[in-house]
Amino acid sequence: MDFLRPDTFAEALALKAGQPEAVPIAGGTDVMVELNFDHRRPAALLDLTRIAELREWSVADGVVRIGAGVPYVRVIEELGDRLPGLAMASRTVGSPQIRNRGTVGGNLGAASPAGDTHPVLLAGDAAVEVASTRGTRLIPATEFYLGVKRNALRPDELIAAVHVPETRAPQQFSKVGTRNAMVIAVCSFAVALHPGERRVGAAVGSAAPTPRRATDAEEFLTGELVATNQWESPKPLKDAVKRRFGELVAKAASPIDDVRGSAAYRKHALSVLACRTLGWAWQDYTGKVA
Amino acid sequence: MRVNVTVNGEQRQADEVWEGESLLFLLRERLGLPGSKNACEQGECGSCTVYLDDVPVCSCLVAAGQAQGREVRTVEGLAQGDRLDPVQEAFVEAGAVQCGFCTPGLVVAAHDLIRRVPDPGDPEIREALAGNLCRCTGYEKIMDAVRLAARRARS
Ligand SMILES: Cc1cc2nc3c(=O)[nH]c(=O)nc-3n(C[C@H](O)[C@H](O)[C@H](O)COP(=O)(O)OP(=O)(O)OC[C@H]3O[C@@H](n4cnc5c(N)ncnc54)[C@H](O)[C@@H]3O)c2cc1C
Ligand code: FES
Ligand code: FES
Repeated sequence: MDFLRPDTFAEALALKAGQPEAVPIAGGTDVMVELNFDHRRPAALLDLTRIAELREWSVADGVVRIGAGVPYVRVIEELGDRLPGLAMASRTVGSPQIRNRGTVGGNLGAASPAGDTHPVLLAGDAAVEVASTRGTRLIPATEFYLGVKRNALRPDELIAAVHVPETRAPQQFSKVGTRNAMVIAVCSFAVALHPGERRVGAAVGSAAPTPRRATDAEEFLTGELVATNQWESPKPLKDAVKRRFGELVAKAASPIDDVRGSAAYRKHALSVLACRTLGWAWQDYTGKVA
Repeated sequence: MRVNVTVNGEQRQADEVWEGESLLFLLRERLGLPGSKNACEQGECGSCTVYLDDVPVCSCLVAAGQAQGREVRTVEGLAQGDRLDPVQEAFVEAGAVQCGFCTPGLVVAAHDLIRRVPDPGDPEIREALAGNLCRCTGYEKIMDAVRLAARRARS
C-alpha cells in the first residue's frame, strides 16, 4: 500500500490523477473503520490533512465556502451564526472526539444515506465544489447523491469545498436515535426557511437510498404561506398545515426495514420530526418579524 | 514506511509501519506505550483517546502516517514524573476506576474538558465524556472524579 502525503491541493489533484484508485483520507472516521475491520484494502491512501487550503472557510457574496477539511468542531464554533442548520447537524455527530476529527468533506465523500449534513445541505441550497487536474465544477447538492454511498465524484476528482448560502433565517435539523450521543440516525430531517424568496426547503436523511429533498412538502408549504400572506405577517401555523407538511415529508421517503428501525416507523417518525421542526422554525420566524 | 512523531515530548521513530495501520497500533505495538487501550477500533468507546496536536481524538481512527511530524500526548504523558496529574489523582480518590480499561481515555477526555472549561456543570461533563464508554462504574464515580478534579484545578 502507498501512503501519499501531499502538502498542497494542487499536488493532491496530481496524485489522484496519476492514481485514481487512491482512497482519500481526511478525519479518517469512516476510512479507518473500514481499514481496521479489513473491509477495504486500497492500493493507496491519500492523506489530505496536511493541506492548509482545505482547512479554511471564507465568505463571498453571501455564500460560505467551507474547505473539505474543516472539522465539525469548527463548523460549530465558527459558523453557528451564519449556517445555523449545518452547525445544528454538526453538533449531533458522534462524540467530541469524532467532531474534532470528522469533516463535512468526509461526510460528502462517504455519501452515506444516514450522513447528518446531507439533509441540511439539501434544504439550504448548498453546492459541492469538486476539482481535478482537468478543472473545477460546482455540483448542486440535489445532484450530488447518486445511490447508497455513491456520489457524483469522478475517479480523478476530490472534494475541494462545500458552498452554503449564509442566512439569519431559521433552520432546523433533527434526528431520531437511541441516545443523544454517538447515534447513526434512524431517520433525520432538515427544514430551512428562505424568507427572501418566500420559499421553504425540506429534506430527509436515512430514509431512502440517498438523502433527498421533500419537494411536494416544500411546494405545499411554500404555496400555503404565500396564499395566506404569512411571510409579511406571520401567525402561528394551523395544526392541519403542519400535519399535512409532515405527511408529505413522510411520503418523500422510501425507507427500508433494518436493525435500526422499520420502514413504517421511519415514515411515522419523519412526519413527527417534520411537524415539530417546522413548528420551531416558524415560531422563531414569527419572533424575528414581530 | 517510516514514521517520525513526537510522543509525550520525545522524538520517536518507527520503521516498517504498515500504511493502513492506526496511530493506536503504532503507539501500543511499536512504541511500547500500552496506556491507550484498544477496545473497539471503530471510534465508539473512546478508550484510545489521545491528544493529537493538542486535540483529543480516537487514535484508532488516525492513520499512523497522518501522525508524521505531529505531536501526540498519551495518558502516559500526563503525570509529571512520579506525580500524577490532578485528574488521575481524582479518579483514584473518587473510586472511578474498576477494571480500568476505559480509564486512560476518560482521563484524557476529562483533562481536556477541565483545561477548556474550569467550572463545568454536569451537562457539560456528560457531553464531554459522551464518546467514552465504561462498562463497570455506572459513571457516577467518574462524574465525582471530574467534579473533584475541576474543583482542585480552580483552587
Ligand atoms: C463513532 C462514530 C460516530 C459517527 N457518528 C456520525 C454521526 O452521528 N453522523 C454522521 O453523519 N456521521 C457519523 N460518523 C461517520 C463519520 O464521522 C462522518 O461521515 C464524517 O463526516 C467523516 O469525515 P472524515 O473526515 O472523518 O472522513 P474520512 O473517513 O477521512 O473519509 C470519508 C470518505 O470520504 C472520502 N473523502 C474524504 N475527504 C475527501 C475529499 N476531500 N475529496 C474526496 N473524497 C474525500 C474518503 O475517501 C472516504 O471515502 C461517525 C463515525 C464514527 C466512527
Ligand atoms: S478503540 Fe478507539 S474508540 Fe474504541
Ligand atoms: S472501569 Fe471497567 S470499563 Fe470503565
